[in-house]
Parts: sequence; C-alpha cells; structure tokens
Amino acid sequence: MGDLVWILLSAMVVNNFTLAMFLGLCPFMGVSGRVETALRMGLANIFVLLMTSLCAWTLETFVLVRFPFLRIIAFIVVIASLVQIVEMAIKKLSPTLFRQLGIYLPLITTNCAILGLALFQTSRGYSLVQGLFFALGAGLGLTLALVLMASIREELELHDPPAVARGMGLVLVVAGSLSMAFMGFAGMGSGA
Amino acid sequence: MSRETTPREDLLRGVWRENPVLVQMLGLCPSLAVTNSVANSLAMGLATFFVLVGSSLLVSSLRKLVPHEVRISTSILVIATFVTVADMALEALVPEIHKALGAFIALIVVNCIILGRQEAFASRRPVGRSLLDAAGTGAGFLVALVLIGGVREVVGSGSFLGVPLFGEHYQPWVVMILPPGGFLTLGFLLISLAALARRRERLAAEARRRATRGELATEGA
Repeated sequence: MGDLVWILLSAMVVNNFTLAMFLGLCPFMGVSGRVETALRMGLANIFVLLMTSLCAWTLETFVLVRFPFLRIIAFIVVIASLVQIVEMAIKKLSPTLFRQLGIYLPLITTNCAILGLALFQTSRGYSLVQGLFFALGAGLGLTLALVLMASIREELELHDPPAVARGMGLVLVVAGSLSMAFMGFAGMGSGA
Repeated sequence: MSRETTPREDLLRGVWRENPVLVQMLGLCPSLAVTNSVANSLAMGLATFFVLVGSSLLVSSLRKLVPHEVRISTSILVIATFVTVADMALEALVPEIHKALGAFIALIVVNCIILGRQEAFASRRPVGRSLLDAAGTGAGFLVALVLIGGVREVVGSGSFLGVPLFGEHYQPWVVMILPPGGFLTLGFLLISLAALARRRERLAAEARRRATRGELATEGA
C-alpha cells in the first residue's frame, strides 16, 4: 500500500509531469488563463490518463510483448481512438459536461503527457494497479500545475509588466519560478 | 497565406522568421526537456529533422492517394513509423545519448511542429516544395534547440559540448540545467528577442522621420 501511495505522490509532486518533466506543456501554456477552464482541462486529463493507463497495460501485456517494435505506433493509435470514444461517450451521457469541455477534449490526443504516461508505465514495468495509481498521480499533478498557473496568470492581468515581457516570455519566467518551487520536493523518497 | 511563395521562401521561412519554437511557440515539450546540454539538443534536433523531412516526403507523395477525411490519421501513422526508425537508429548508433533522451525520442510523434507541417503544407503541395519546407522548419527547430541548450550548458555547467570554458573557479548555476532553467532560459530568450525587435522598430521609425525631414529641408532650400 505504501508503495502505491508513493507512486501517486511521486508522479504528482516530486516528478510533476508538467513542471519537472515538461510533459503536457501545450495545455499548460494554452488553457491556463482562467482557473475554471484550467480545472476542467485537468479533470478531463485525469480521466483520459486513467483510461490510457488501463489500455496501455492491456495492450502491452497481451499483444506488444511479441511485437515491441510496434509500440509507438500502437500506443498513438490507441490513444487517438480512446479520446474519440471518450468524446462520443461523454456527448451521449452528459451533453452539459461535453459542452463545458468543448475543444479541450480532442486536444488531449496531442498532449504528450498521455503518450508519455503510457511509455513510462511500460518502461518502469508497473503492474495494472501501480499503473492506475501512477496515472492518477500524474493527472492530479497536471491539474495542480494548471490551476496554480491559472491563478497566477489571473493575478498578473491586474499588473503592468514591461511591454517587452508581455505574452509568453513572462508566462515562461513565471513557470520557471513555479518549477523552482516544485524542485523543493526533489530527492524526496530517494533515500527510502 | 493565399499568396504563392517562392521555393527560397519555403526553405528560409521556418529557419528564423517563422521559427517553430521562438516565434510560433510549438514543440515546447522537447525544446525544454532535453536541452540541458548542447549534445542532447543536437541529437534531438537532428532526430526531429529526420522525422520531419521523411514524413513530409511520404505524406506529400501520397497526397493524391489518401482521401481527405483520413489525412490526419495517415500523417500520424507515417510520423510514428519514422519515429520508430529514428528511435532504433539512435539506440544502435549512440546508446548513451539515446539513454539520456529516454522517452522523448518516442514523444517526437506528438511534437505538434511535425503534424502541423504535414497538415498545413505537405498534404497539399508538391514533393519538392514540401521537402524544402520541412528542411527549413527542421533547421529552425535545430537552431532554437541549440540556442537554448547552448545557454543552459554554458551557464549551468560552464562548458560547451563538454569542453570547459571558464576554468576551475567558475561556480556553475546548477539551476539552469535543472527543469526550472528550461522555462527561465526560453522565457528570457523570448523577452530579449522582443526587446531587439522593438529596438529595430524604433530605429527604423527614427530613420524614416529623419528621411522625411531631410526631404522637407531640400524642398525648402
């Protein structure tokens, strides 16, 4: 059990997917303007990450053991179809949620955090349960980073930065400081 | 862009003026994740260059055979194939660098620069032009990566391509080769580029003003 909690915490804060491993930067830069949308994007990501973890594990255990050279192609195809299926399911089951998620859902396909999760889970040889905890941790970490960034950017709008720093430059420097704060967790648990 | 472009423009556009990383802000994940040394940046840039040129070649030669509705899925499959080739080649040729880049080689598949070029250019233009466009964009990505990697390695480890620069008393800024350094380096690079662009604009405006004043003076005389 302690092992599972550790996998979750490690993926969430110590090796935060966005701020320490640079996975999923596109949504991090793109949809971190408002806290509410950031939260929604985070939740959609958690869901897709969990589904991907499940599919990637099944595929790896039953099919890809025999064809390891097909891994990249198989994963990307599965992720793309998965996102499409999730999209259709949500549209059918809860049109309200579907409208709220809007464009963010299809965008998840090209989010490298998803493919990254599938690849890391495979290369670390996680079991099914470990993989699911890893996915949950990664998703929570993404959501945490997105919401933190969005709150900072909402504050930034009230201030007046120098003209040259407006736009992405400033956002990146802020992300750097945020990432520095997360470095405080680095090395945690390596002695355990 | 409805205007016809010349082959020269197709090639040069991506290198600097529409640089994928520094101007279009695409492909940020690899350009921050693997640029803690110049060697890693070079390997990543070259691998992406190869995948981009290969995919553009194949996608634009197949563009008349592939139905319009499935062009994106086809592009992704083509890209994934070339990434698998690049992954295996790097593993066989330079195992240390392959280890250092880790999963990021495989993640070239989801680099939006590549899919972007297939969708915007290669799937609707002839092969030659697509190759030029891919080579330009790939070179632009390589330039941006080496720029970021260069700053991070020089400041963060005091060396360039592993050769020490400052002697043994240099105290390296370790933070620059850690993850925060990636964000900070690109952030400050963008700010400096914006500052340079503003300066150039101001100088140009001044020159224009002086020219008009000169004309008025000659007319008056």
